[in-house]
Amino acid sequence: MITLHQVHKAFGDNHVLRGVDLTIPKGESMVIIGGSGTGKSVMLKSVLGLVAPDAGQIIVDGQDVTTVERDAFLARFGMLFQGGALFDSLTVWQNVAFRLLRGSLKKPTEEARAIAIEKLRRVGLKENVADRFPAELSGGMQKRVGLARAIAAEPEIIFFDEPTTGLDPIMSGVINDLIREIVVEMGATAMTITHDMSSVRAIADDVAMLHDGVIQWTGDVEQMDSCGDPYVEQFINGRAEGPIEAVR
Amino acid sequence: MIVIRLIAALGSAVLGMLAAVGRVALFAGQTISHLLRPPFYFKEFGQSLITIGYFSLPVVGLTAIFTGAALALQIYEGGSRFNAESVVPSIVAIGMVRELGPVLGGLMVAARVASSIAAEIGTMKVTEQIDALVTLSTNPMKYLTVPRVLAATLAVPVLVAVGDAIGIMGGYLVGVNRLGLNSAAYLSNTVDFLEFWDIASGLVKGAVFGFIVALMGCYYGMNSGRGAQGVGRATKAAVVAASVMILASNYLLTELFFSA
Ligand SMILES: Nc1ncnc2c1ncn2[C@@H]1O[C@H](COP(=O)(O)OP(=O)(O)O)[C@@H](O)[C@H]1O
Ligand SMILES: [Mg+2]
Repeated sequence: MITLHQVHKAFGDNHVLRGVDLTIPKGESMVIIGGSGTGKSVMLKSVLGLVAPDAGQIIVDGQDVTTVERDAFLARFGMLFQGGALFDSLTVWQNVAFRLLRGSLKKPTEEARAIAIEKLRRVGLKENVADRFPAELSGGMQKRVGLARAIAAEPEIIFFDEPTTGLDPIMSGVINDLIREIVVEMGATAMTITHDMSSVRAIADDVAMLHDGVIQWTGDVEQMDSCGDPYVEQFINGRAEGPIEAVR
Repeated sequence: MIVIRLIAALGSAVLGMLAAVGRVALFAGQTISHLLRPPFYFKEFGQSLITIGYFSLPVVGLTAIFTGAALALQIYEGGSRFNAESVVPSIVAIGMVRELGPVLGGLMVAARVASSIAAEIGTMKVTEQIDALVTLSTNPMKYLTVPRVLAATLAVPVLVAVGDAIGIMGGYLVGVNRLGLNSAAYLSNTVDFLEFWDIASGLVKGAVFGFIVALMGCYYGMNSGRGAQGVGRATKAAVVAASVMILASNYLLTELFFSA
């Protein structure tokens, strides 16, 4: 279970998070929605300790993330970054198998490569991309390699930052199914950021909307359409008119 | 009023500089402490040795040969004013191995290596690759900084040694072919006058300069601002800081080594 309690974060005078409260139960799939630039990525990164909150508490399975033993803590996580964040000095398969080639999860090279190729297949990539470098791939392919890397070591907790942005609709469908599968089959806890409403409906157990630095609304995905919250209504229907200003 | 504002501006600039010095010192301390604790990334170290050491050979060699050649011309011209043309070989050798070899070699490596390290790590920072390393349970200091700093500290003395030899050869070529000095006498003069400590002090300087170059590249890369502009600034700052620190530490080391 992941709990955020009154988390604040500002960059200079840009007060991004203004008291975020959110709970993600174990084994559930939480989807975060919200306008771009509202701090969704910052929120995800603060759980991983990549961004240090100015105030508030983040608890993962009863442990405060600021005091936990970092290596063991991070070994349980997988993260897909918004921009892919592939290492451009390594080939695709070496990226995917990064964790399996060093450290506590180290495996023989052949085995690591085989796992990498299997994960690539699961995100819809053929074996022939394995020995290419990330710079030789399209944006959507890079994203899928990033996804394969996030799931390679079978983590218990997975964060996906805009997994389907930049993918064609069919590939989006494949990725949505995959995320759903990971949560159901592996029993992983997932937190996904997305703007894509079809993704939300496909992968979410719970939905939370971040707006103005706080969680504006959170609840079951079935309740989303009838929640009556004007912010959520405007967002999911993509209306220019409403309480959320178009110029931010 | 204006005076007070000027003093305040000066004061905050000085404070800012002191803070920067503190951060760099802290970074250096962290690098050294990570250097001593596993895990070690041997493959990254090997790659760094090749990119920092081997691929810098042409630049350092070219710098050295022209410097040695120019030095021979200058000393011949200066020496001839009081009939001391025979000092050319020994002064070229001493000037090369003690001063110009390490300093010019260090500056060329700063231009080539500090910039490329800062640009590479800075790009990794702005494209979230550093964050990704952390989430993959890999410490960026160990994986990126330590191999580069160690490789530069070991490789630059070797580059300096090669540069010394090539610089002396440049002086020899000019001395023998242009100035008509005797070839055998030139060589024996060079060998007789050079002392072990002349060469060793230059190599120690090289190691310090190598450390500085890689450290500055990594420091500014890791602290790069956002976007392409941030990487550009980081690269420029790394080269400037490395060059200034090389020249300043060269003075301090020379004081330390040669003032009785
Ligand atoms: N490292 C940083 N330094 C300064 N500002 C940042 C940093 N990271 C994010 N921000 C700012 O925080 C705000 C939220 O960013 P982000 O979380 O990426 O938004 P999104 O909800 O689209 O993911 C933006 O205004 C962004 O400029
Ligand atoms: Mg984002």
